[in-house]
Amino acid sequence: MENFFFQMIIAATPLLLAAIGELVTERSGVLNLGVEGMMLMGAVSAFAVANSTGSSTLGIVAGAGAGLLMALIFCVIALSLLANQAATGLALTIFGIGASGLIGQGFVGVALEPLAKLSVPFLSDATMLGRILLGHDVMVYLALALAAGVAWFLYSTRGGLALRAVGDNHDSGHALGYNVIGIRYLATMFGGACAGLGGAYLSLAYTPMWAENMTAGRGWIALALVVFATWRPWRVVAGAYLFAAVTQLQFYGQDWGLPVASQFLAMAPYVATILALVIISRDVNLTKANAPACIGRPFRAER
Amino acid sequence: MIRKLALAAVAMLMAAATPMMGQAAELKVGFVYVGPIGDFGWTYQHDQGRLAIEKEFGDRIETTFVESVPEGPDAERVIRQLAASGHGLIFTTSFGYMDPTLKIAKMFPDVKFEHATGYKRSDNVSTYSARFYEGRAVIGTIAGMMTKTNKIGYIASVPIPEVVRGINAATLAARKVNPDVTTQVIWVNSWYDPGKEADAAKALMSNGADIIMQHTDSPAGLQAAENAGVFAFGQASDMIQFAPTKQLTAIIDDWAPYYVERTRAVLDGAWASQDSWKGIAAGEVVMAPYTNMPDDVKAAAEKVAADVASGAVHPFTGPIKDRDGTERIAADAVADDGMMLGMDWFVEGVEGDLPK
Repeated sequence: MENFFFQMIIAATPLLLAAIGELVTERSGVLNLGVEGMMLMGAVSAFAVANSTGSSTLGIVAGAGAGLLMALIFCVIALSLLANQAATGLALTIFGIGASGLIGQGFVGVALEPLAKLSVPFLSDATMLGRILLGHDVMVYLALALAAGVAWFLYSTRGGLALRAVGDNHDSGHALGYNVIGIRYLATMFGGACAGLGGAYLSLAYTPMWAENMTAGRGWIALALVVFATWRPWRVVAGAYLFAAVTQLQFYGQDWGLPVASQFLAMAPYVATILALVIISRDVNLTKANAPACIGRPFRAER
Repeated sequence: MIRKLALAAVAMLMAAATPMMGQAAELKVGFVYVGPIGDFGWTYQHDQGRLAIEKEFGDRIETTFVESVPEGPDAERVIRQLAASGHGLIFTTSFGYMDPTLKIAKMFPDVKFEHATGYKRSDNVSTYSARFYEGRAVIGTIAGMMTKTNKIGYIASVPIPEVVRGINAATLAARKVNPDVTTQVIWVNSWYDPGKEADAAKALMSNGADIIMQHTDSPAGLQAAENAGVFAFGQASDMIQFAPTKQLTAIIDDWAPYYVERTRAVLDGAWASQDSWKGIAAGEVVMAPYTNMPDDVKAAAEKVAADVASGAVHPFTGPIKDRDGTERIAADAVADDGMMLGMDWFVEGVEGDLPK
């Protein structure tokens, strides 16, 4: 059981990082479907830099930077040149898959030391809870801190209010004097940096290696989690941990000998997500209150 | 006039887009891969085979490959494209390319096709695979001698006979040297997802497995074992760099001998449709160096490999019962190829779900 929960926290981290970033992006009214591509570019850049410099800190920074640059490409095409956001995001994913494979050619078959685990004296080993919650690497806590920071920013600061306003009604935001495109650029680039961090977690800590397409669809899960969480930060945290728990059940359940077909266990995370979506969507107001009304709609300043 | 100009422009563009050929090679060889070359597993090894024929035949041949081709309609399009662009020999390297390969082969009777791991053939379609279960018998022997908890953890991909056969071969060999061994199987339901492969390895280790085997494509499971201080085996390639202190050996897929042989057959005009299923003896299944183990284990492993290669020992020699107690192979009989190709039951000692 202990290992199950320990592993759940690790499995949730890349999803949480990517999803919390996408939440900020979408809250500003931008739908960036390029999460998978940004994660892959983050993963390959983090691995390349950590491998060449020997510093995992630089690797993490490089991962975030690569995601941010990818998001910047998206911003120029979709926000400044007003291309369709869904199409641009999909293109970004395809681009990311190909470009990361190209960059990573020289790193296939190279191993890396995993990211160091932190440990708190006495507390890490003394109790079961201590062993589960403490003793992870720094990015696990960074992800949670990011989620807390985003929750605080969105609901307790002026900047967060402006960001949500722009996402809900860009014309009003513009009339109030907010720089709609500027805010969306920043929000999207933040989302890209977070996706890059999620990718970096995969290639530096989860499985410290580079393998083509190693995200294996986690970017799409992150996108679904944002909707699942009805665009609220703490629900993204809960959703990521829930999804990771059901994913781990797929493996531990087989080991424990649960009398359930393994294919069913493999399907379970998705069933759980769909069920949760259905339950949440039954309350229309709850969803409407948080869904950014202008999501995916292009904005052009008329005056 | 304008239309003519436009047509001329298009024609020029197309001419420019076609790569300039220097000296025409005698034979163009095409490869269709299911994954990226960078998977360091299945597709990587096929590409090593492609490089081997380039090295062997030099200017006489020219190779083309298309990677990450999904099994289905896309495969048909890619194979047709290769056949139509002058390739005389085309290797389609995944089970799911079976029907597309046959369909295109019918349209291009002069092109030779080689389909990996399939069972349907025609006049210009051969099939080939390798007896990986022979390698599984070797690693099973090592595992049976090395385990202290008598528990082997097995990361399995998808429930097809190829995978079931490997699990059985390893378990039989392990129990031959250590009757108390059990094999715990966890299905990942994917050939390639490094994160999940590592998760499965960790779940197995947390439940007491002290030897990890895998039938998935990435080195992630092996690497997770190294980081947890548990012995494990590499898959498809020698993955020693991912577990310098814990990889015992690896079962390497070496397609080079087969690819060289078949390319030569086409060049000599001697190619004929056939079915090839060779193992350690032919050099298609190769054991990576035996590392991190005592000498007696190494000697035992080498002996099993030699006996299997010479035919003195067959990994599936009766009496073999399935785990429900039904006798599947009678005493002193050996499994025939048909039985092994359709294997859908676990031998005694295998634990875990067997999806039907």
